[in-house]
Amino acid sequence: MGLFILRRLGVMILTALCLTYIVFTLTNLYPNLEKLAKTQGNFRMSDEAVTSWLDKRGYLQSTPKKYGEWLGVLPSKQFIDDEGKGYGRCTALADDPTQAPRFCGVLQGYWGQSTVFKDAVSKIIGIRLGLTGWLMLTVMCVMVPGALIIGVLAGMREGSKLDRTLSTISITSTATPEYVSGVIFIAIFASSAVGLKWFKGTATSAMEDITFANFTLPVLTIALYGMGYIARMTRASMTEVMTAQYIRTARLKGVSFANIVLKHALRNALIAPFTVIMLQIPWLLNGVVIVETLFNYKGFGWTLVQAASNNDIELLLGVSVVSVIVVLTTQLISDIGYVYLNPRIRIS
Amino acid sequence: MDPLTWTGNLSFLNLPLLFVTGLFVLLVAAQIVIWLISAVTNTPNADGTISSSGGGLSGMAARATLWAFYALVALVVAYVVLGALLGQSGGILGAMSQQFLPVWIALIVTYALSIRFKRKLGLYGKLFDSTVGMIGFGIVMFWTYTAVFSGVFDMIATHEPLSQVSGMKNKIPGTPLRGAEEGEFAFYLLGGDNLARDVFSRMVLGSGIVMVIAPLATLFAFMVGITLGLPSGYYGGKVDTILSFLANLILAFPVILLFYLLVTPEIIESGIPNYMAAFLFVFPLIFVGVLVNSRFHTQPQKNLLYLVISLGVLGIGYLTVISDQSTVIRVLPASLDRFDIEPGILVVFVSVVFVNSPTVFRIVRGLAMDIKTRDYVAAAQTRGEGPWYIMLWEILPNARGPLIVDFCLRIGYTTILLGTLGFFGLGLSPESPNWGATINDGRKLLSIYPHPALPPALALLSLVLGLNLLADGLREESLRD
Repeated sequence: MGLFILRRLGVMILTALCLTYIVFTLTNLYPNLEKLAKTQGNFRMSDEAVTSWLDKRGYLQSTPKKYGEWLGVLPSKQFIDDEGKGYGRCTALADDPTQAPRFCGVLQGYWGQSTVFKDAVSKIIGIRLGLTGWLMLTVMCVMVPGALIIGVLAGMREGSKLDRTLSTISITSTATPEYVSGVIFIAIFASSAVGLKWFKGTATSAMEDITFANFTLPVLTIALYGMGYIARMTRASMTEVMTAQYIRTARLKGVSFANIVLKHALRNALIAPFTVIMLQIPWLLNGVVIVETLFNYKGFGWTLVQAASNNDIELLLGVSVVSVIVVLTTQLISDIGYVYLNPRIRIS
Repeated sequence: MDPLTWTGNLSFLNLPLLFVTGLFVLLVAAQIVIWLISAVTNTPNADGTISSSGGGLSGMAARATLWAFYALVALVVAYVVLGALLGQSGGILGAMSQQFLPVWIALIVTYALSIRFKRKLGLYGKLFDSTVGMIGFGIVMFWTYTAVFSGVFDMIATHEPLSQVSGMKNKIPGTPLRGAEEGEFAFYLLGGDNLARDVFSRMVLGSGIVMVIAPLATLFAFMVGITLGLPSGYYGGKVDTILSFLANLILAFPVILLFYLLVTPEIIESGIPNYMAAFLFVFPLIFVGVLVNSRFHTQPQKNLLYLVISLGVLGIGYLTVISDQSTVIRVLPASLDRFDIEPGILVVFVSVVFVNSPTVFRIVRGLAMDIKTRDYVAAAQTRGEGPWYIMLWEILPNARGPLIVDFCLRIGYTTILLGTLGFFGLGLSPESPNWGATINDGRKLLSIYPHPALPPALALLSLVLGLNLLADGLREESLRD
């Protein structure tokens, strides 16, 4: 087990390095850098001025070198001009450019400065992740129990009316992406056109104060899309367990149906959904981006859109590192959890 | 002219519809309640079966539900048929139904022929044995025919997708055009959007974009996934490790981040999407080439003929598609390069294929690993068949069931991805009537004017739902074999 986790961790770190390198290369392509120079410096810069602006700040080095600097394993290039003004990654960290540290990367805890929000990337990401954390937590609290109940109810008797009804509901919910259900929800529950003004159509006020009125629609919108998939997986797993030999034995012994479902079947039926739920978290990230844009909730997903559409290189890198880590960690947990929960694999 | 109401002269059907719908919902709920109560009174028998004691009541409820369902279907059909006959005097619904008349006719012909000959049509024919599959197929074909008739024959849509009519900005559904000319359609059936364009026509024409890109992109993703997944699952070992690592790498990328990285103007300028297109579009060539060669390599003359024909056609297509005078890849001289894809569409296409293929790869790999242990594979190995023959002519045909089901599901997922791209304003030009962009346009004034955003949203929902139901029906029927 220890070796398994160690090997998975190794693969995970390698994946994270590869992914961040790809993002780094794509964000550091020359057209992007040129745009950066023009937005930061001057829109009427000549081509030479752009080159010298970029060169001073070390943007024109080779990509592996820059990536090493960003990661914090290579010393950062410094440029000090005649007036003693310093340029380069690390100069922002010290008042006197000659005193600036040589290594300043992610490994040293320095994530760079955001050009859009004019603030440290680590600080922005911290705040935004906190906001999204609340959203995710609420979504999980609604989605997981809801999906499991639907799945178990549908799966305990395959082909029954209840199964048909619940399966139709879960298929419909998997066919409704967030931007469709969000629009429908706002039109029904928040617009003045229909008149049911139960909830608010934006969640901006939820950043300070979460209330039932401003948080219900975003949570429902995300939960709905994920719920159908988890419910269908739970149903499949439940129907499989219900045909197992030991359930038949329990029936023959005269155990009541409720007891069979709750005490005998449920525990085994929940192993597969656990994996699915963990793997669903990266998909929630997608939903979060859409919903935060739709409801104007300025969390992590909203930051991703802002960083990407404004070419904020350091912030975008920070955001992608965090999301890649989230994805890989959930994969790791789901793998370990699956092995741990399933005695057939654990013992062999 | 007066504005159209929703149902016009058909309004006598509204009350029955409301009543029957209510009755149907109540009956389904009642059935579930009866089932739950009777579940407790069930007694297990010695042979492992259960005998139910409450059969009479639940049987009655089941029959009543069935009748209510038939009544509901009959009413909906009545709306459509009477609407198509009455046209504008049947209100907005009637006028829409009349616009869709070619689609209705095509659907009726399709269903009549398919049900008549269903025993001779294999898996497709079996689809018509399952209600779910039939409903799903109906919805999918509805949008397919809409795409064909509106895109190719210029029917159905009432106005040009980009024409703006003064005074129609944000007007509610059924508003008549001021001073409509002779031969011009006199109403905005589903209202006008914030640029005074016709919502109905944009929704109808949006189907064309989806119905071309989504199935094609899925097909390409399947080519890539199959060509890489089969050897990965069949050989295992180093090939498998490397390919699986790469697939997991792409899968670990949050999709939206990937879209934002690939579809920004700066990246397009650098030509990366064109190189990716050049790479991804090779796979159909490899696939077909290997497919033909592994089958006919013992008959060199036939082999050469088939290879030249298939690869020749595909190769010319490949070169004309990837070479584009305005971008970095200029393989063909301008005189030969007759066909260019619009750059926005190419980028969207490539990124959707790129996102989908690792998942297909994993599915094919899993299937290949499972099937390679079967006896018929061992028999082929003993016969001395080559590995590619076994993969493509023994394993692949036997994996077709799950692959066809996944193909349907994946078209739906691709549709959702296309909508996501449009929603964030990536790729396709903002004026194009694709559903995602239209939803994005409409959402800004959503709380005051919900009508421009809702039709494309519901259209997308129904198409994806149809594809999911179709996949479900196909799965059911292919399991029954």
